[in-house]
Amino acid sequence: MSKWRDLALGAAVAAMALPAAADKLGLGRPALPEEITAWDVAVLPDGQGLPTGSGDVTTGDEVFAEKCAMCHGDFAEGIDNWPVLAGGQGTLTNRRPVKTIGSYWPHLSTVFDYVHRSMPFGAAQTVTPDETYAIVAFLLYSNGIVEDDFVLSNENFTEVTMPNAGGFYADDRPETEYPAFRSAPCMADCTAPVKITKRAVDLNVTPTDPDGKPAGTLPAIAVAAATENAGSPSGTVPSDEVQEIAKPADAGPDPAAIAAGEKVFKKCAACHKVGEGAKNSVGPVLNGIVGRTAGTVDGYKYSKAMAEAGAGGLVWTDETLDAYLEAPKASVPKTKMSFTGLKSPEDRADVIAYLESLGG
Amino acid sequence: MTDASKKGPSRRGFLSGMAAGGAAMAAGAVRAQTQAPDPLITEVQPWASEFGDPVDAVPYGMPIRFESHVVRRNVEWLTESAESSINFTPIHALEGTITPQGCAFERHHSGAIELSKQDYRLMIDGLVETPLVFTYEDLTRFPRKSAVAFLECAANGGMEWGGAQLEGCQFTQGMIHNMEYVGVPLRTLLAEAGVKPEGSWIYAEGADASSNGRSMPLDKAMDDVLVAFFANGEALRKEHGYPVRLVVPGWEGNMWVKWLRRIGVYDQAVDSREETSKYTDLMPDGRARKWTWVMDAKSVITSPSPQAPIRHGAGPLVITGLAWSGNGRIAEVDVSLDGGVNWQKARIEGEAKPKALTRFYLDIDWDGSEMLLQSRAIDETGYVQPTKDALRAIRGLNNVYHNNGIQTWWVRADGEVENVEVA
Repeated sequence: MSKWRDLALGAAVAAMALPAAADKLGLGRPALPEEITAWDVAVLPDGQGLPTGSGDVTTGDEVFAEKCAMCHGDFAEGIDNWPVLAGGQGTLTNRRPVKTIGSYWPHLSTVFDYVHRSMPFGAAQTVTPDETYAIVAFLLYSNGIVEDDFVLSNENFTEVTMPNAGGFYADDRPETEYPAFRSAPCMADCTAPVKITKRAVDLNVTPTDPDGKPAGTLPAIAVAAATENAGSPSGTVPSDEVQEIAKPADAGPDPAAIAAGEKVFKKCAACHKVGEGAKNSVGPVLNGIVGRTAGTVDGYKYSKAMAEAGAGGLVWTDETLDAYLEAPKASVPKTKMSFTGLKSPEDRADVIAYLESLGG
Repeated sequence: MTDASKKGPSRRGFLSGMAAGGAAMAAGAVRAQTQAPDPLITEVQPWASEFGDPVDAVPYGMPIRFESHVVRRNVEWLTESAESSINFTPIHALEGTITPQGCAFERHHSGAIELSKQDYRLMIDGLVETPLVFTYEDLTRFPRKSAVAFLECAANGGMEWGGAQLEGCQFTQGMIHNMEYVGVPLRTLLAEAGVKPEGSWIYAEGADASSNGRSMPLDKAMDDVLVAFFANGEALRKEHGYPVRLVVPGWEGNMWVKWLRRIGVYDQAVDSREETSKYTDLMPDGRARKWTWVMDAKSVITSPSPQAPIRHGAGPLVITGLAWSGNGRIAEVDVSLDGGVNWQKARIEGEAKPKALTRFYLDIDWDGSEMLLQSRAIDETGYVQPTKDALRAIRGLNNVYHNNGIQTWWVRADGEVENVEVA
């Protein structure tokens, strides 16, 4: 490289030198107030960030029944393994502590923040500030913290003290654990000979492969034939020979509708499982639901109302499903499905097409 | 073995005969003598004569089908909904230290969302001079840094607090992965907005429905936190936060917010749901530790392990595993063959990077008798990975998170391996 080029290169490098850490590059643009309002919804323990509004226990009970009880139960007691929100006070030292809003959560702000931004599960950011105040008031009532005539608002929010407000302390491992675990490690004759005291096989809760071994066990190299799809029970058919299942001549539902319906179904998927291996959950499995008598999915515990509707001859056709999905509680009063319904006729048609495509 | 003749001249029969011979060998025995020449060698095989796949047969490749068992797996009974759930990295089947994105464990709180670079925005607001909005392209114009870092879920091993429960290190220690990230230091972006003197915490949120917001002290945010958009040389995968996630080296995985959409600067912790109701450590007195961010030193033997039994019989055996510490580098790993009575130093392979997975080996001549395998990590601060019982003595049995206790595998004489506890 010539001297001239060295000089030129040096000058170029100087001109384009990386900025020092504190220098600003002028990238990005100022956030607008409307944008900050839309995205910065965090509510802090001291009440910072609370929107103006209020809600009472009775309204909260109603909103909770409509939007939350499907998973958390009418009394916030939790259905199946969905979170229990009430009770549990005094259990934190028990062998099976019940950690709820009332027994564990230190700040009311956390309840408001989480409900407002992340609930209901699968339909986040659909509860208004007033509804959120009402739900939070109801949860306080469910936990015995306020009376049934209580009204919660941004004005009195910070006056509420949670039962476990003093129950947390900052990580103290550096003081309480590290000194004990920083002794020089013992290398020989560290303990008396040991015996097995517990075996995981006794619990038998690990997913297994078809041969009964723990799922994902490495196949034996010495016996696995190279033509097999190792580790897969259906591996005798090489994957490149699997044929696409021919579509029936009858065109059936519109593929675009099915695809759109699959998207709409995301609103349902938190409670209803579909597809191979699907199991009943908060709601029944919906494979083969179109054409089936209502209330007849094996092993699902239906509301009395739905069981009776089926016994009375209700069959899930395009029409009956459309009516039910538009307004569940109007169509089958006292159904335990607390979903409020799909207002758009297209959404209903699409989701029905999707359900139809699932077959039995 | 029922079918020894379909493919070629008794290839499977030949190989199984080899395996049986191997099992019968005594430790340090002479090499196996074959009865007949191996047809895989003496006969021209199709792949040695015919064409393989052309280029572009698969524009973006998946592992060869013989490796189809090496996948993430979940334990269905753990959670009520697959959208707010977790699965596990097949660490028993991986080697080295880098985890491929495609089988690195997933934890979503409201499902893995599809967010394009075009639709991506990052806001920095709160106690800053100028609240800013960045597009994805803006982020690519800041000077970049890279870091290899492990991400461990705070609940990794949580099911084992009460006792040995799941069979296989994929399930007991598989809520972990280790990738090479490229992105922009968070401090660079914070400097661009100008943190006000009273700002002492940041709060990071995702764009998904859960938002999974987490607070951290400004000191950490200004130290080694990255706003990352590449992992292992390629764009983040959707399930790992495409297009942008937070990388918080050494600290619990829940803080590595995916689909990062907002950084708020505050004068206090937000104490969100994920840092009060969850990811806190309930202690025996009924109070709970919060802000337990650092993942302490830990290790596990990945092979042999319940999903990676010894099939070759006695003789040379490679014992290998992973060690890591959220407090820095791994200094030493010890392995015990007798349940913690005696220990020997394992060999650390390659450079032990801070807050990253480190691979260790112990190469032994196995005599074919039972073993109670354990590994013990020691980090550069001198912290020695404790036994599960030592942790229980301090934290009781109601804890869920931050279980970094020593794992025991019982290797039986037949080479099968079980998850056990010893005393």
